[in-house]
Amino acid sequence: MSRNSPPGAAPPPRRAKPPREHVAPVQRLRLRYAKRGRLRFASHRDFQRAFERALRRAGVPMAYSAGFSPHPKISYANAAPTGTASEAEYLEIGLAEERDPAELRQRIDEALPPGLDVLDVVVARTSDFAERLQASRWRIELPGLSAAEAAEPVARLLAADEVLVERLTKNGMRTFDVRAALLGADVAPGGDAASPCAILTVVLRQVTPSVRPDDILAALRSVAPSPVSTGWHTPPPLVTREMQGPLVEGGSAEAIVVGDPLAADREADQT
Amino acid sequence: MTTTMPTTSPAPGAADSVFPALEALLPLVQKPIQYVGGEVNAVATEWDEADVRWALMYPDAYEVGAPNQGVQILYEVLNEQPGVLCERTYAVWPDLEALMRQHGVPQFTVDAHRPVGAFDLLGLSFSTELGYTNMLTALDLAGIPLIATDRDESHPIVVAGGHAAFNPEPIADFLDAAVLGDGEEAVLQLTEVVREWKRSGRPDGRRGLLEAIARSGVAYVPSMYDVEYLPDGRIRRVVPAQSGIPWRVAKHTLMDLDEWPYPKAPLVPLAETVHERMSVEIFRGCTRGCRFCQAGMITRPVRERSKAGIAAMVDNGLAKTGYEEVGLLSLSSADHSEIAEVTTYLADCYEGSQTSLSLPSTRVDAFNIDLANELSRNGRRSGLTFAPEGGSERMRKVINKQVTEEDLIRTVATAYGAGWRQVKLYFMCGLPTETDEDVLQIARLAAEVIRVGREVSGRRDIRCTVSIGGFVPKPHTPFQWAAQLDHETTDARLAKLRDAIRTNREYGKSIGFRYHDGKPGIIEGLLSRGDRRVGRVILQAWREGARFDGWSEHFDFERWAAAAETALADEPVDLDWFTTREREHAEVLPWDHLDSGLDREWLWEDWQDALDEEGVEDCRWTPCFDCGVCDQMGTSIQVGPTDLGLPEIATRAAAGHSA
Repeated sequence: MSRNSPPGAAPPPRRAKPPREHVAPVQRLRLRYAKRGRLRFASHRDFQRAFERALRRAGVPMAYSAGFSPHPKISYANAAPTGTASEAEYLEIGLAEERDPAELRQRIDEALPPGLDVLDVVVARTSDFAERLQASRWRIELPGLSAAEAAEPVARLLAADEVLVERLTKNGMRTFDVRAALLGADVAPGGDAASPCAILTVVLRQVTPSVRPDDILAALRSVAPSPVSTGWHTPPPLVTREMQGPLVEGGSAEAIVVGDPLAADREADQT
Repeated sequence: MTTTMPTTSPAPGAADSVFPALEALLPLVQKPIQYVGGEVNAVATEWDEADVRWALMYPDAYEVGAPNQGVQILYEVLNEQPGVLCERTYAVWPDLEALMRQHGVPQFTVDAHRPVGAFDLLGLSFSTELGYTNMLTALDLAGIPLIATDRDESHPIVVAGGHAAFNPEPIADFLDAAVLGDGEEAVLQLTEVVREWKRSGRPDGRRGLLEAIARSGVAYVPSMYDVEYLPDGRIRRVVPAQSGIPWRVAKHTLMDLDEWPYPKAPLVPLAETVHERMSVEIFRGCTRGCRFCQAGMITRPVRERSKAGIAAMVDNGLAKTGYEEVGLLSLSSADHSEIAEVTTYLADCYEGSQTSLSLPSTRVDAFNIDLANELSRNGRRSGLTFAPEGGSERMRKVINKQVTEEDLIRTVATAYGAGWRQVKLYFMCGLPTETDEDVLQIARLAAEVIRVGREVSGRRDIRCTVSIGGFVPKPHTPFQWAAQLDHETTDARLAKLRDAIRTNREYGKSIGFRYHDGKPGIIEGLLSRGDRRVGRVILQAWREGARFDGWSEHFDFERWAAAAETALADEPVDLDWFTTREREHAEVLPWDHLDSGLDREWLWEDWQDALDEEGVEDCRWTPCFDCGVCDQMGTSIQVGPTDLGLPEIATRAAAGHSA
């Protein structure tokens, strides 16, 4: 390569582009995504950065907010706590140009690192999405505990009128009534005889401030007959949000059903 | 060539992922995401597909280490090679360290969570000496004996690189080898030496491999050299311990950066890091000749990446990372011969997008204001940083930072006039020959900056922040012979400066003042200019709990001072001897057998010129001043302008915005 040669290149053609104006969304999309495996340790802020970069890598034509530092139009709903896996996280994006939801799902999913996976994308056709996220179903693994050992505290918790737990939040120490948010709980056996692992499934109502799976464990510890059993890890090793959505009418206390919050948009799209 | 696999590989399963054990600990620690890997553009190579396996460590927290360009470049260069695997590891915070010890989890890589002890080589990149104790933590957690001579064939070869490796003597006891200079070609050569040794059945075991490395000249092997001392504690000489070992080991110099456009796919961490941007190295080396600057001395000559090469790396990097900011990196970015053309071009390309550009290292001149204006077309003019380094005109002559007060005031005035509100000025305290008066000049200069700034901008809300770093003399610089200023005097001098700024009724409120106390600099000085005896101090300090010494919340001066006292009790030398003592011309310096290319006599003359307050020009635009590097290393300056044109903007913009 020739170096120290006289400047031979013509100056690049200058093409003025208009500065970016406020771009109103022409299409709004709702995404369901999962946080799996080792990437469950991403905080919500970590996810936000990763998602926005994935949008740019995927070339998604985002709508932007107005102002000196415009932000892409994204709204996130009820993020699962850091360290918690999820199969049912939701967000909404506003696009500056219309796109096919199925194709976009694939593009964004491919741009995200494995473990952050886009499961579903629908065009927003309804306005009350946030209100439909009424409850979540959580699966909590309790290694070291048999189902029988776990069953009694769960029964006590369900029998109580009020179980208060304290947790340090950004706004200081807060007290939560776990029982009020608890819609249902069930214990199933898991693991094997040598290393049992009770599987606790709970349905928690979305309240503000939110009651989280670790609050459930704190509540179970406080009502458990024996002081502390080895299985009651804090925080528990593996928690997964399996579903998040509307409480389906008619579900009994024993069989609470959390529905698909995107169903209404999908139905509206077909009519 | 046959590919007989070695007979003494680690036990089966020794390289299995430790993630299941680690995973159980992660809910209990701060920011667990930093330990899980999974970055965009991370590479996963099968263990069994490689016959030479590297673990690379940046010995600081992930948030500092992950963006490091050196590690990212070598990670990619190595993983591109057939039969080579490279994974990364970083320092774990004390909360996880305690849990790992309790549960027997070894130091692991973040890529596949393999035990670091299972790799053939552990490469450590030392940008600063304050990472030494973190190396000991990692070795210890990995189950690798801390002292190199205690290791056997099952342990990785521990190799240091980075700027601090130009004097690896303080960590000589812990290292198997040190690479001086640019790592790209060196790691490939080292890989070949290890591969050959493994393929031929590991002749003469670990010792045989170390000898092969030392003989090849690719790296310095400290155990192959004996250090003899004079009764007064100075070094008598450093000699090869056996025949066939080179007397001096030279640095590596990568020529033609356009041939090495790394990282091609920069890592994008999930965790938040200190640099949330993509970096493109626009040139390597610097010949400005600032006498305090080790980086400028040991990375000569200047080698520029062409403007076409820069444009291609920016375009490709943004597409592969999704970053919104690009930093054009070098030791003095505005010095690139094609910088105006490059910045205008890139600003044109990304105008109207959210992508922004920055030039992290710039000098004080009006030209840079034009650049800064170009880079901030969107109107965000938050802050500019300049580094006059010396407070008085006299000091700037001593350190060869050739900027006059007039230049500085004119530049800053231009900045305020162009709409910038905040200017940050960086200075050093403790420079050779410095007096209180030299440092107090900083207060006067800052006040003048505000006075002129208010005048040209017509506003009173402009600000100037004065930021002070303590000067630490470094090896391979003209100041390598200088006495470091003791921390008591540094602190007293800075207190006087603070008072001088605060008591200025008219301008004091517009001047911010940031500084650190002088104690960490003394320990950095010990680790920078120390010899092999300092290894004992590091080990002692580490045993007493020293970790993350670059972090003020973890650094403990008293612990280090006590460790120095204990570990050097039987020696005629102490902490002051290594730091605040001026050296004479004849003294053998611990790094004299390590060749940065700089002629020792030239360095000495430059030191004498400094004391005489005489400057030296830059060899890019004045004749060669015989620093010795190009002759010694067979290299030459590579600067533009180049005749490689830039792509049409329309094409690039279309490619960048396709969806």
